[in-house]
Amino acid sequence: MKGKPLVSIISAGLSKFGKHEGLYARELFADAVKEALDRCPRLDPKNDIEAMFVGHMGEAYEHQGHMGAAAADWAGLLNIPATRTEAACASSGAALRSGIYAVLSGLADVVLVGGVEKMTHRTTAEVTEYLAMASDYPFEQWHGITFPGLYALMAKAHMHRYGTTEAQLATVAVKNHYHGTLNPKAQMQKEITVETVLASRVVASPLKLYDCSLITDGASCAILTKPELAARFTDQPVHIIGSGQASDTIGLYERQSLTSLLAAKLAAKTAYDMAQITPEDIDVAEVHDCFTSAEIIAYEDLGFCPKGTGGKLVESGETRLGGRLPVNTSGGLKAKGHPVGATGTAQAYEIYLQLTGQADRRQVKDAKTGLTHNVGGSGATAAVHIYRSDQQ
Amino acid sequence: MSQPPFTIEQFYKYLTEGKLMAGRCHNCGKIHLPPRPLCDNCFHQEFEWTEISGKGKLATFTVIHIAPQQFQAMAPYAVGIVELENGLKLPGMILGVAPEQLKIGMDLTIDFGTCSTAQAWPQWPRYCFKPV
Repeated sequence: MKGKPLVSIISAGLSKFGKHEGLYARELFADAVKEALDRCPRLDPKNDIEAMFVGHMGEAYEHQGHMGAAAADWAGLLNIPATRTEAACASSGAALRSGIYAVLSGLADVVLVGGVEKMTHRTTAEVTEYLAMASDYPFEQWHGITFPGLYALMAKAHMHRYGTTEAQLATVAVKNHYHGTLNPKAQMQKEITVETVLASRVVASPLKLYDCSLITDGASCAILTKPELAARFTDQPVHIIGSGQASDTIGLYERQSLTSLLAAKLAAKTAYDMAQITPEDIDVAEVHDCFTSAEIIAYEDLGFCPKGTGGKLVESGETRLGGRLPVNTSGGLKAKGHPVGATGTAQAYEIYLQLTGQADRRQVKDAKTGLTHNVGGSGATAAVHIYRSDQQ
Repeated sequence: MSQPPFTIEQFYKYLTEGKLMAGRCHNCGKIHLPPRPLCDNCFHQEFEWTEISGKGKLATFTVIHIAPQQFQAMAPYAVGIVELENGLKLPGMILGVAPEQLKIGMDLTIDFGTCSTAQAWPQWPRYCFKPV
């Protein structure tokens, strides 16, 4: 048996992703917590859950900061230590990592980690501005560089250097939209074609509307415990056997490479080493496809293919359901949606379903080892986790 | 003689004087663009200002069509990352080139711009890059 379990996931929950008019973030978070509690009847929430970490990116959306306490309050988990983690779009990847710290430290036996963002009530211009706050202000935002703009700069460099094509980028969107149609909680429920993507309006060249992830309302959570306590709560735990988190320069312009994310590569190496596995051992992965080009770069950073060949990998169909290594079976950020603070633990939720055989129409057969890759900003934060199920 | 502080604010002040200035660490020699008050290589805090060339080559670019509120009137506009002659990189808008003429590797030079913002903070000029 490779890799010692660090912690075990005993349950997880996810709100429906989409446009939730009239709902406040903490109300969405309560939905996700309710599902996790329902899935785990042996857990006594008021007595067993000892701490909470909640990923939340922006106060600006709802004029509401202090999301740790607010989310705990509405989830019925008053009085425990509840802390917000913020690492841009990796806010709940950081919450998951923090939960692992808490359990391994011995200070808490059972920890709830999650994340939430409520975005759709704002205009596209407002969301564009709030998201950009996760990038460098004096040299990027100040000069009109948007979030899609930063990823477009990387996409353009990748295309120039490796010959990656716009059609290959579009193929990522087509795949993830197809997966989304198999996930009732995904925001997008329709298949698209390469032509749809190529014909959509330009956001930041070469990225077009259908290359971009969605503006979404949603919440997610997972409940962690020590591996030796997992059997008390569930017969189907999913163990986290590798955890890596790394950071990089806040400004994209200061990085050595414009075609890969060093933080993601470092986080992946830490996680693989801890799990004592290699990329070939992964059965299913959720990667941070905030833009289609980001999924192609993720394949390379995670070692799913040699550098520069991510475009060819998606073209081969190997990362589509039924392929060798299905990626983003949930629909990913592209089709499931990207409520930024919720994304990291939403990825963990999908892997939890896959490794416990509960992924229904999108189930990957015999999936035993999974991976999540959550990126903050233009890559100044990355968190990679590796999961394993005992199920036969 | 004491030097002006090695801050982003001071970097922009120099730009208003038409100078692209970086901080050079006295101890290890690393050049920081933008300057920073703590050397990330050797953790020393003694620097000197050094003027660097604003000429470089376009490393990557994009044309932004969906812009934040304050840039909407300019959209679509081009931004890029320019690799300067000393290997350091700086992002910024690219003006004076038609989008279809933009090419990775093309020669560009900094234009120091003017400080024309109505906001109380920050009073930073928006430098940009133009064809040589």
